[in-house]
Amino acid sequence: MNEVVLESRVAAHGLLDRLLRPWSLIWLSVLGATLVFAYTGRDLAPWAFKYPRAWQLTLKKDIGDFMKWLVNDATFGLFTFKELTRSIAWVLEWPLNLASSLLSTGFLEGQGSDAVQVTPPLSWLAVIFVLVAMARYAKDWRLAALVGGCFLYLAMFGQWASAMVTLSSIVIAVPIGAAGGLLIGIAGYRSPWVERVIKPVLDLMQTVPIFAYLVPILFLFGFGPVAAMIATIIYAMPPMVRVTMLALRAVPSEIEEFGRMAGCTGRQMLWRVLVPSAMPSLMVGVNQVIMLSLNMVIIASMIGAGGLGFEVLSSLRRLNIGQGVEAGIAIVVLAIALDRLSQAYAHRELPPYVETDRRPWVQRHPYTVLSLAFILVSGLIGLVLPAVQSYPEALQITTGPYWGQLVEYINVNFFDQLEAIKTFLLLNVMVPVKRFLLMLPWVGVAALLGLAGWQLGGWRLALLVVLLCVFIVVNGLWAKAMVTVYLVGISVVIASLIGMPIGIWAAENERVGRVVQVIIDTLQTLPSFVYLIPVVMLFRVGDFSAMIAVVAYALAPAIRYTAHGIRQLNPQLLEAGVSAGCTRWQLLWKIKLPLALPEIMLGVNQTIMLAISMLVITALVGTRDLGQEVYIALTKADTGRGVVAGLCVAFIAIIADRLIAAWAERRKRELGME
Amino acid sequence: MRQRNLVSALASGLMATSLLVAGQALAVESKDPIKLTLHDWTGQYITTNIMAEVLKQAGYNVELVQADYIAQFAGLESGDLHVAMEMWETTGKDAMEASLATGKTVDLGETGMDAIEEWWYPIYMKEKCPGLPDWKALNDCAEAFSTPETAPSGRYLGGPVTWGGYDDERAEALELDYEVVHAGTDAALFAELESAYQRKAPILLWVYAPHWAPIKFEGEWVEFPRYTDECYNDPSWGVNPDMAHDCGKPRGWIKAVGWAEGEKKWPGAYQAVRNFQIDNATMGNLIAEVDLEGKSVDDVVAQWMKDNESTWKGWIGQ
Repeated sequence: MNEVVLESRVAAHGLLDRLLRPWSLIWLSVLGATLVFAYTGRDLAPWAFKYPRAWQLTLKKDIGDFMKWLVNDATFGLFTFKELTRSIAWVLEWPLNLASSLLSTGFLEGQGSDAVQVTPPLSWLAVIFVLVAMARYAKDWRLAALVGGCFLYLAMFGQWASAMVTLSSIVIAVPIGAAGGLLIGIAGYRSPWVERVIKPVLDLMQTVPIFAYLVPILFLFGFGPVAAMIATIIYAMPPMVRVTMLALRAVPSEIEEFGRMAGCTGRQMLWRVLVPSAMPSLMVGVNQVIMLSLNMVIIASMIGAGGLGFEVLSSLRRLNIGQGVEAGIAIVVLAIALDRLSQAYAHRELPPYVETDRRPWVQRHPYTVLSLAFILVSGLIGLVLPAVQSYPEALQITTGPYWGQLVEYINVNFFDQLEAIKTFLLLNVMVPVKRFLLMLPWVGVAALLGLAGWQLGGWRLALLVVLLCVFIVVNGLWAKAMVTVYLVGISVVIASLIGMPIGIWAAENERVGRVVQVIIDTLQTLPSFVYLIPVVMLFRVGDFSAMIAVVAYALAPAIRYTAHGIRQLNPQLLEAGVSAGCTRWQLLWKIKLPLALPEIMLGVNQTIMLAISMLVITALVGTRDLGQEVYIALTKADTGRGVVAGLCVAFIAIIADRLIAAWAERRKRELGME
Repeated sequence: MRQRNLVSALASGLMATSLLVAGQALAVESKDPIKLTLHDWTGQYITTNIMAEVLKQAGYNVELVQADYIAQFAGLESGDLHVAMEMWETTGKDAMEASLATGKTVDLGETGMDAIEEWWYPIYMKEKCPGLPDWKALNDCAEAFSTPETAPSGRYLGGPVTWGGYDDERAEALELDYEVVHAGTDAALFAELESAYQRKAPILLWVYAPHWAPIKFEGEWVEFPRYTDECYNDPSWGVNPDMAHDCGKPRGWIKAVGWAEGEKKWPGAYQAVRNFQIDNATMGNLIAEVDLEGKSVDDVVAQWMKDNESTWKGWIGQ
């Protein structure tokens, strides 16, 4: 009895002790002051809650004017800025035209409706044959079957024509995005100065919603597929840069030293030693570029890319859910085929190099020769037999009606139950959090964030965080920013709670890992619009529907990075754990998780970034956040308003990112990992 | 079978040649492609495709380009795009006026269609609220139109905030006991309608025409006091002496708009766009054929071209 009292007294003492540490004291007092102020200060200092309109900056207008100047008047003397961007577009148009002639339109002579087809595009049989041959060459028959099956789906479900339009833009955008990302990443790896410059730019590229810079891009690069492709590249490149920097740093120093001992020059060191040994991690980046490019397909179709994205959009506007789902799955299928193929090429075991292979070229390249022959033969046969050129319409199948019926069945039979769940969550979790956040004075929130920054990363971080907060305030977007924080915050917490355990499971069990990989690829590439409409039918317009969409989309990185972080651990460390007699559970909790933490935090970081990038989509179901502000700006073609709201979105992301990064850094130091 | 194909191929070849000859005879001003913009709703798709077909018949070279409804003005001003067939007064007026003010775009006149927008309910709601369509019945039925989040007030699902429409003001001015909720897009708007219709559940929302929804779903518009300019500008007008917006929504034109320079380049084509006329009923039927019967836009347009030859020939002065 006495012992228990003593123990609890000691525990209480420990708690008190902890509370009396200087940091805790500061935290408590600032938090307390903020809360007291939140309840009592509204009349005392109304400006701390609702920033007066008269004090707001005119940044929106300034940016709008700047854009006008850039488009109409900016000049480098010999040529104008617009001429520069237009010539970039002109250069990019060549490969794009080539790809689309080859895959979708055929080679044409003339323009518009006067154009005459000189040669037809590659037949569907030829495209499938070439891809299957590539898959067989890169890996094995199983991959060949997968890739062949994916493309057969496109043909059988009547998505071929749209899919080829999309594919021709992707096959150009992905290499540019991946190569560009790799080069920038290398520059960042080599020079800390470059890294400091590009990091914020990356954050902006990834988090300023595309709708915010869509209008300027159209101004500068013209209307059509090229502008859409440029927007795609801007959106898809950042993860590649990040992953490159991380992957190169993670190359074990032994390998680097070995390279130095072997007398590598700088260039050899990079391309023969560092990049190849970082290849598995780099491929995660390429995977992301492919996934994000395909993710842009919908938005790209809004500005003239056409293809599958347009198919999805127009079917859903007709509420033809089945057709939307089929076109959406076509995007996923395309993504999976391309991703697996590119992974296979990267991991391919090179045949031993034989210097004196004197066989003729034809014998050395059986796959290329066979493919070319097939293209030629099928092309010629296709001129006579239309079924060889394009998949016969009579053989197309569709599951379209069933999807609509499925949603109708759920809607009619389970609506009340779903409504009950929704109402419960809304009233008990979402609304209280939203109310609480909206009640806080901005002064207090800025102070708390600044304090966190100070504790985690010193006064520089504190200053940055506070300044970013103030930027949002002086542009009069605080309330919308808080709604954004609430929506993203709840979604990220839920996504992490679901995603991390799945990621751990996937890393521990290879079969699960493979299934999970397919699921997250699907979630990330299936256009959210496809499930947004059924979600709206079941949960009505509002925050709850928006949250489901954000969670579904942001789940992928939480799973992916957790799994990757655990898989890439040094096996020797794990063996050491096993030989020290760790149980499976201990191995996971004491060794794997702590060591994988930096990677997992990168995942949380990405989860936040993706959640934020979904904001514009959530505006489509009627949220009242910054996403809506950006969307309004887009529909009014108001560049300044869009950019300012877009920057506010980005700044929320940057604040979250910097604080998490600083925390992870400290944690690593405490764990003695650096 | 083979033979028939050959014959028809020959025939269409001949026709193409004759058209080409006819085209040359018409001597169009420029063979550069005229770029018409496509957005993302069926009605606009049909009007644009009809216009494109007609211009082709007149010998012009046309190209269809996908572009966002509002963002397209950037392209129309710079000459990247040339003609947009549907700007709705109700949703695109501000952007269009701003663009016309630059002098780089030109108003190509009304298309003959009339945009209707109003509060709308499915017909089965009349049983629960017999006083409809008169707006005065709305308050008696607020409970019937409510959801758990809004009860006891009714719930009205408005369009995206970007559509404007003054629904929040209308509810306040007419002292309607309704909470106005805004959908983000029209897809979300009609998804809710479809969901409610399947369950025969209460719903009151913004519907517009020409659109497939009022054709597919049976229902009625709420009858508010008729719109006048004074109602929106003058608070003293109408049932509420202190507030404006105490009436229904205005009906509006749907206009075509084009790149100003194009007027010099293809004067004949621009005149043809100005001559374009189609009415709501015709348009509604064409939309229904595509969206509800599942025909392709090309087939529907081809059929219309066949049935209305004298109409469109008039537009191009043949």
